[in-house]
Parts: sequence; structure tokens; C-alpha cells
Amino acid sequence: MPTWLWIVVVLVALLLLGCIWIYNRLVKLRARVNNGWSQIDVQLRRRYDLIPNLVTTVQGYATHERELFEHVTEARSRAIDANAVPDQAQAENQITRGIRQLFAVAENYPDLKANQNFLALQEELTGTESKIAFARQFYNDQVMLLNTLIGSFPSNVVAKTFRFEPREFFDIEEPVRAPSEVEFPR
Amino acid sequence: MYEQIAANRRKTILLIVAAIVLLGAVGYALGYWYGSGPAGLVGAVALAIVLSLGSFFAGDRLVLASTRAKEVSPQDQPRLHNIVEGLSIAAGIPKPRVYVIPEQAPNAFATGRNPEHASIAVTEGLLSTMNRVELEGVIGHELAHVVDRDILVGTVVATLVGAVILISEFFMRSWWWGGVRGRRGGDRGGGGIEAIIFAVGLVLLILAPIIGQIVRLAVSRQREFLADAQGALLTRYPPGLASALRKIGAASGIPMHSANNATAHLWLNQPSRIQGEGMGPFEKLFSTHPPIEERIRRLEEM
Repeated sequence: MPTWLWIVVVLVALLLLGCIWIYNRLVKLRARVNNGWSQIDVQLRRRYDLIPNLVTTVQGYATHERELFEHVTEARSRAIDANAVPDQAQAENQITRGIRQLFAVAENYPDLKANQNFLALQEELTGTESKIAFARQFYNDQVMLLNTLIGSFPSNVVAKTFRFEPREFFDIEEPVRAPSEVEFPR
Repeated sequence: MYEQIAANRRKTILLIVAAIVLLGAVGYALGYWYGSGPAGLVGAVALAIVLSLGSFFAGDRLVLASTRAKEVSPQDQPRLHNIVEGLSIAAGIPKPRVYVIPEQAPNAFATGRNPEHASIAVTEGLLSTMNRVELEGVIGHELAHVVDRDILVGTVVATLVGAVILISEFFMRSWWWGGVRGRRGGDRGGGGIEAIIFAVGLVLLILAPIIGQIVRLAVSRQREFLADAQGALLTRYPPGLASALRKIGAASGIPMHSANNATAHLWLNQPSRIQGEGMGPFEKLFSTHPPIEERIRRLEEM
């Protein structure tokens, strides 16, 4: 075989290896984005489960806050029904705000604040809120890596050939870091 | 991060090879004394391989047992479990197992061989003194060690050094008691074995500072800074860990009973067995942590 043919063969082999590497990286990132999304989903579901519990507990003490209860319950069912990422994010923000208000209301009822069931719920909800935030952080980081790879050259050629689509970021409000130490707007 | 993981894998292999060579040499010397060098060599290398395999697969359980750590359920420690689970999600690794150590000094460590086989242990003192944000900072730091495979090197070092310390103490003590008995009896005839035991003990005693040096090389101070930074990247809140470290520094007078030279490097902050005092001379030898003030300063600059 002449020398130039050897060079061509080596170059093609290198190109192929590069493509395989990019393809594998894309597949890996897509899997991580999907995994990140299901992590968010798990935590959001956990929060849906906790809300009726919280509402019932607070209702037992704070009977005058019916509007707030209805608001939170409605936001919950809207979030469960949401299909698109932006819709869901909006409903989740409403839930987050509602829960904060519920905890703020609880501040006015010493009996409620001493209730063991309420304290356990508060820890669970605070834990879930931060897990949602951490899951979102992981998801958005992976989406950014995937979208960058899909958008930049030469990986965009491989991405287009195998139909890798850029994904949407999940934007929701940051939860409060330490709920008991923050002033809540009423 | 990936370079870090690769470097830690290399270090672990190097450590195990070094342990096999070192123990092999000692075994050969001992065997030579008894008239069969190769037999001693084979015996010692076999022992070293068993030790290495043991430290790789069961090192985490040994370390946890030596600190009297107890696994806790989410029902016992909801706050701790919630924080560990949340930060594991952020780091994209499975949730490690969670242990609590019955000690009043605030401290923590992580152990295991990879993120799939990892454990995080915190002291009772840490749980009682830290608020949620500070606890998140500490757990973030420990999870960074898990992600970087620092726990693999740390655990292998802990079990190998622990074994060497155990063997050297065994020889020194048996020489001491043997020596006393020998003097009392006035019989100097059986000096052969005593001389060997004495020689081995002495060699290991001389080796101790060298081993200390190896430990310091294997678990460099730089990685503590790195874990601080990576932990802060997970929590996105550097002041949390800074505040936790300040509290830990303020509580340095509380002694840690279950700490020893073999596991010192694993802890979040260098533990001390001596009441009120900073560090004993032997503990300084195994000093593996950068000063806490420096770590706080770097976190505050982030």
C-alpha cells in the first residue's frame, strides 16, 4: 500500500474514534439529564404527599386561614396536572410560597409550634425543599453540559446526525435556607 | 476531578505495592535469621496480600468499628439523613450509609472504596452543635471526598498503618515483658528469640516516622482544601462550612477517645486524644490537616 493511503486510513480511524467518543459522551449526558429529572420528580411527588398532611395539621389550630389553605391545595393540584416544564415550574413556585406562608402563620400559634407532628412535618418539608433545590442544581448542571456539547463544533455534527435535542432548564425559586431564621412577608 | 480520581487509584495501588515490598523485606530478614529466607518472604508477602485485600474490601467496616460508629435510620436522625440524601443528589452519587459516633468532640469522616460503597460518620457532638446550614457544609466536604475517591486511599492507609502500629506494639510489648521475665529468672540462655523480637520492634519503631511521612504524602493537605472547595460547590454556600469549622476549632479542647494515629487523616479536622492540649508529639508526626484558620480564610474568600 502506498504511504498516502496509510495516512488516509489512519486519519479516518482517528475521525471515527473521535465520533464514537463524542457519541458516548452525548449518551451519557442524556442519561444523566433524564436521571436528574426523575430525581426532581421523586422529590416533588414527596412534597405533594406532604402538603395535605401539613394543611390538616395547621388547620386544626389556625382556623381563620381558609384562603391560604385553598391556595396551597389548588397550586398542588395544578402542579400535579402540569405537563410542560415552564407550567410546572410556575405551579411549584406557588407551592413553595404557600408553604412558606403556612410556616409563617404557624409562628403565631405556640400550641401548633409545639406539636410533635408539626415539627416532624416541618423537618420533612424543609428536607424535601432542599432536596428539590439540589436535584434541580444537578439537573441544570447536566442540561448545561449537554446543551453546550450539542451546540459546539464538532460535536454538533454528531448530535445532529443522531438527533440529540437540547433540553430545557428547570427554573424555580431558591428555597429559604433556614426557615425559622427568616422573616416572612405576609 | 477525573484526574483526581485517577491519581487516587494510582496512589492506592502504589500503597499496596509498598506494603507488600516492606512486609516482604521484613519477612525475608526474619526467615533468613531462622535459616530460610524464601519461606519468610512467602509468608510475609501472603500476609501483606491478605492485609491489602482486607483493607480494600473491609477497611471501611474496620474503620467504623474502631470508632464505635453506629448506623442510624432516617427515623432516628431525619435531619442528618435529609441532608446526606439532598447533597448526594446534588453530587449525582448514590446516598452513602449514615453513622453516628458516640463522641462529644464535633467531627466527621467518610470511608469506603467507591461512591457505591461509601459511609459517612459524624459525632454526636457535631449533631448537637451545628445548625442545618453548617451540617450541610460538613456533609458537602465529606461527599467531595467520596466523589474524588479520597476515601479509598484514606481507608487503605488507615488499615495498613493500623496493622503496622498493632504489629509494632505487639513486638515492643512482648519484648518488654519477655525482658522483665528474663531478668527476674537470671537466665540469659533464651536470648535468641528475644533479640529477634527486639530487633523487629526496633526496626518498626524506626519505621514509624517514615510511615508517618508516607501517610502525609499519600493524603496531602491540598486535598482538604480541594474538598472544602468542592463541598462548597455542592452546597453553593461557603459560609456554612466556614462557620462549622470555626465551631470545630473552638471545641478543640474536647478530647476524642476513639481517635488514633491510623485514622487521624480521615477526619474532617485533626482529632486529639489529649484533653485541652492541641496535639501530642506522636500526633504531630501524623499531622495531615492544614490549620483550620487557613481553611476558614479560603472559604471566606470564595
